Amino acid sequence: MKIRRILLYAVLIAGAFIMLAPFLWMIITAFKLPEEILALPPVILPSKLNFKNFADVFSAVPFGRYFFNSLFVTLVSTLLQVSTAALAGYAFARFEFKGKKVLFLLFLGTMMIPVEVTLIPNYIFLMNLGWLDTYFALIIPWAVNVFAIFLMRQFFLTLPTELFEQAQIDGCSHWQILWKIVFPVAKPVFISAGIFSMIGSWNAFLWPLIMTNSEHMRTLPVGLAYFTFEFASRYHLMMAAALLATLPVVIVYFFAQKYFVEGISTTGLK
Amino acid sequence: MKKNDNFTAYLFLLPSIIVIAGFHIIPTVYSWYISMFNWDLISKHKEFVGFANYGKLAVDLDFWKSLFNTVYFALGTIPAGIILAFLIAYGLSKKIKGLNIFRTIYFLPVVTSINAVGMIWLWIYHPDAGILNWLLGLFGVSAQRWLLDPVFALPAVMLMSIWKSLGYNVIIFLVGILSIPREYYEAAEIDGASGFAVFRNVTLPLVMPSVFFVTLISLIGSFQTFTQVYMLTPEGGPLKSTTVLVYYLYKNAFVFFKIGYASAVSFVIFVIIFALTLLQNKYWGERIHYEN
Repeated sequence: MKIRRILLYAVLIAGAFIMLAPFLWMIITAFKLPEEILALPPVILPSKLNFKNFADVFSAVPFGRYFFNSLFVTLVSTLLQVSTAALAGYAFARFEFKGKKVLFLLFLGTMMIPVEVTLIPNYIFLMNLGWLDTYFALIIPWAVNVFAIFLMRQFFLTLPTELFEQAQIDGCSHWQILWKIVFPVAKPVFISAGIFSMIGSWNAFLWPLIMTNSEHMRTLPVGLAYFTFEFASRYHLMMAAALLATLPVVIVYFFAQKYFVEGISTTGLK
Repeated sequence: MKKNDNFTAYLFLLPSIIVIAGFHIIPTVYSWYISMFNWDLISKHKEFVGFANYGKLAVDLDFWKSLFNTVYFALGTIPAGIILAFLIAYGLSKKIKGLNIFRTIYFLPVVTSINAVGMIWLWIYHPDAGILNWLLGLFGVSAQRWLLDPVFALPAVMLMSIWKSLGYNVIIFLVGILSIPREYYEAAEIDGASGFAVFRNVTLPLVMPSVFFVTLISLIGSFQTFTQVYMLTPEGGPLKSTTVLVYYLYKNAFVFFKIGYASAVSFVIFVIIFALTLLQNKYWGERIHYEN
């Protein structure tokens, strides 16, 4: 029994090492000197911690701008997705209105439309609106998230009816009920929905790749892709850029991982 | 209910309706419409060709190759990813010390951007100075050209994809295994079932719904694969060996500007994913039902 336990730990630790190894290799390479990169046999550890690569990344491309674009687009779309979802979820959970069933099914149905299918029509549409290569193109089409609407609705349905009735007797409007009474008790759902919106827009690639074309509109993933084409073979710079892009996400992840894991466990959403 | 419900309800739904209709439903219909034209995106004239683009697709060897590559990608990543994740989740379910640390580490690749991760693997796969060839060299395996080799390019992309999404599957399976009621195990113990018999007759059947869920999610993901391919093999691989469906769509639409033809490709992708999602929703509906 004891041997089996040790074996189990050995396998799990080996697995964990394989999961971490690419990241470790990225960190090590990011600090290497150019001449240490292509050395054979490979130099495992850099001769000294060389921070120049990071400065070089910032001077080679507008990395700060990519970063700002990603942050701005992510924050605004997440805020929009969560608020539109709260409103729509409230409507589906609390109101009886004409066409409710049809509309709800239609909403759910759009979850089956992959982004790839709407890419060409939306490109034409955004081109005609004059929105290509603007923040509008990156934010407005993604201001609504059907899955978040569904999450909110499911949660609002579990709240006791008295909560709403009492508030209405007290003279609250539905708008006030949503933000003053429902929001405080529904915070976990808002956080779950928010986190998944954030991961989604932060990592989005195909959409911003196609909808932007000038350098200063690139988001971080698009910037990284172009960086890779331009600086191919200068792996110390590529790894420094990858490290800079990964670090904030990893930090957020470490602090909020409870919500990540809980969110996936309860919703199965990626 | 009150009479002004209709008005307030639609007011609350208005932002969602506008965005969903404008950017999701209408474009989907329009994509089918535009697939019946030949158009280069710029010229005023769109030439109506009916279903000719679908006819061309049916005999387009490159299209079939990209469909084949997509299926190959799915077959290469899904069973391996599920078996590995299941074994890890099963190990983690055995009252492991440091469960949180393990979970954090296994999940790490899932949250990091596939572009950053792609850059790392590009470096790992480097034919001359890559660490993978060096490691294999220690075991006497000769250096491979990985992403530059038509045979190995797609498997190399698959390997990275398995690594990237493994943690997600581990979490789903771990939740599935841990939610099995203790009484089932106790009953099996009383019946004197051996460790393997318990695994086979209790754990495995009760985790099957999670396995089914992960399979469908991964299948849908496979048909949407693009970023990995674009990062590792920006030209679609040697001899188009990594050109998957979405990459083929991207190339036709935004490199060759064959808008109608690319829309036909996108419609095929739509039909496949739509069918898979219907299956998934059926499962989802059942699970929600079951939980209530």
